[in-house]
Amino acid sequence: MINNAGSRNTTAVLDDGAGPPSLSRLSDADLSSMLLIRHFEKNLLKLFEQGFLHGTTHTCLGQEYVPVALTSLLHDHDHVFSNHRGHGHYLARYADPEGLLAELLGRAGAVCGGVGGSQHLLRERFLSTGVQGQSLPVAAGVALHLKRSTPGALACVYTGDGTWGEGAVYEALNIAALWELPLLVVTENNGIAQSTPTGQQMAGDIGGRAAAFGIAYERFTGSDVTRLRAALRPLVEQVRRASRPLVVEFVTHRLGPHSKGDDSRSPAELRAVRAADWVVGYAAGHPEQFERIDAEQSRRVERVVAEVLARPLTAWSPR
Amino acid sequence: MTAPRVAGDLNTALHRLFAEDERAMLLGEDVCDPYGGAFKVTRGLSTRYPHRVRNTPISEGALVGVASGLALAGDTAIAEIMFADFVTLAFDQLVNFASKSTAMYGRDLPLRLVVRCPTGGNRGYGPTHSQTPQKHLIGVPGLALYEASPLHDNHTLLTRILDDGVPAVLFEGKVLYGERMFAGGVVDDLFGYDLTDGVARIRLHDPVPPDCVLITSGAMVHRAVEALRELLLHDEIVAELLVVSRLYPVDRAPLLGLTAAARRVAVIEESTAGGTWGAEVAAALYPPLWGTLAAPIRLIHSLDSIIPAAAHLERQVLVQSDTIRHAVKELVHG
Repeated sequence: MINNAGSRNTTAVLDDGAGPPSLSRLSDADLSSMLLIRHFEKNLLKLFEQGFLHGTTHTCLGQEYVPVALTSLLHDHDHVFSNHRGHGHYLARYADPEGLLAELLGRAGAVCGGVGGSQHLLRERFLSTGVQGQSLPVAAGVALHLKRSTPGALACVYTGDGTWGEGAVYEALNIAALWELPLLVVTENNGIAQSTPTGQQMAGDIGGRAAAFGIAYERFTGSDVTRLRAALRPLVEQVRRASRPLVVEFVTHRLGPHSKGDDSRSPAELRAVRAADWVVGYAAGHPEQFERIDAEQSRRVERVVAEVLARPLTAWSPR
Repeated sequence: MTAPRVAGDLNTALHRLFAEDERAMLLGEDVCDPYGGAFKVTRGLSTRYPHRVRNTPISEGALVGVASGLALAGDTAIAEIMFADFVTLAFDQLVNFASKSTAMYGRDLPLRLVVRCPTGGNRGYGPTHSQTPQKHLIGVPGLALYEASPLHDNHTLLTRILDDGVPAVLFEGKVLYGERMFAGGVVDDLFGYDLTDGVARIRLHDPVPPDCVLITSGAMVHRAVEALRELLLHDEIVAELLVVSRLYPVDRAPLLGLTAAARRVAVIEESTAGGTWGAEVAAALYPPLWGTLAAPIRLIHSLDSIIPAAAHLERQVLVQSDTIRHAVKELVHG
């Protein structure tokens, strides 16, 4: 663990990454949210195979616990900036698989009329964009606004390990530190940027980069939502109270391909990734609850798919 | 009363805007007092509104992104890029975020955002500090391009830009900053001006039907007026000059009204050759004017070249009044 946060006395509870740890029992609501995301993403890949979805999509299979751990720590007045791999971020906040799937399929009831698609969502204070790093300066601007207008509110921006290759990240971190902005930068480090392993595209590490700006930083390797949330709570509160940026890195695993069918990892690598899947540990630790909710969410998403596919196409007129 | 200089008029416009709109914020490099901006356009603002004006690091991409974030959250955001050349560093924020955000979420999302860019050459600043980069931003859906002029009130212009809710870049010719605004319909002893639907028309105090109509934007006004005078006094050519305020999208209707009677039209800009604003204006005017034009619309622009630093070399590349005069003579006499 690297901790640049100075004299905070929080005890971030971290797993050391050695083997799947036992995961604490979650509320039905939290587990439902994670499995909703899981089944949503799995169904998207199926819809692609069946030819119902076109274009591209980036699933967050394996990373579902990150937004679920975070979202309950966020308030309605907080802004969330999501990225290309953002379905989980949206579903954790809104539990709206109908609106999101309609968006991806261009059907009535779509969040953004089918115009934005997978990577460009806007709902209330949730916004995603498809260009890496682009949203950090924008989120810093929103944080500047919040600092003036709504003290205690924050802007949370999701990034991946690949995002840290963009210069915009550093320009924004510099400004966020200088201006003491309530900016929460979340990095889902899944170890691979499209097809490039992190070790081939990142010199040093994210902690060192945050340290260069004097920005507080925490790294989490586990997927136990209860423990993550307990560790995150005081950190997020500190962003609000002190109006200071924070970088949190989740070492996580991308189970699926970058988008669809474009996974060049070796069978051994994929085996390791699948062994680390939180679902494996959770299902083993809490089989009754897992099976019950897994079946519920599986049926729920299947219903959503059938229902949304039956909707009419959206209408939109270019200006 | 002497009219203010263009930099002063812009400064007054910003002060008025800040007084009227408490959500107005301004960001840029070295914009705070006592420096007050590289061209002094923001002078006094940070002293009067210390929490609403911020010096940024040298990070054009981020400062435009931050301004977009402010606008997204409901503020009025004004960003200054010290030299328009550096707008390339904010290209992603303008092209892929601010402009697209107004429509890509399936609904209109007004953003009160304007990026001010001191623009152009004839100041000896060399290849990377002298450009007229408007052409690089033409044709971006959801991005409006404007240019300040000595004929258009800057407070009215800024208010219009922001109230439109379309992210905009406002180009300000650096050669204009020290020039005075025109006032009272008078340009000089020969020429006067009037304003129609945002287009300023400069013509003789006692107008006669012109031999040709020239279309331009703010930074070229003084060079174009000098050409008008030379053409009249030495070449017996009467030309009218139209000065537009919004470059893109092209406001075709007022230009059509003011060029309908002309059989010869030219578009003047300082941009170097290739993919120019003038080509965009010509493309907008050709269909309705095709039947009446006596000659192709003449595009008058700088050479296809980098812009040298030394004054004598820079003059060779950039459009000067004699460039305009010669081009118009060719247009009129063939």
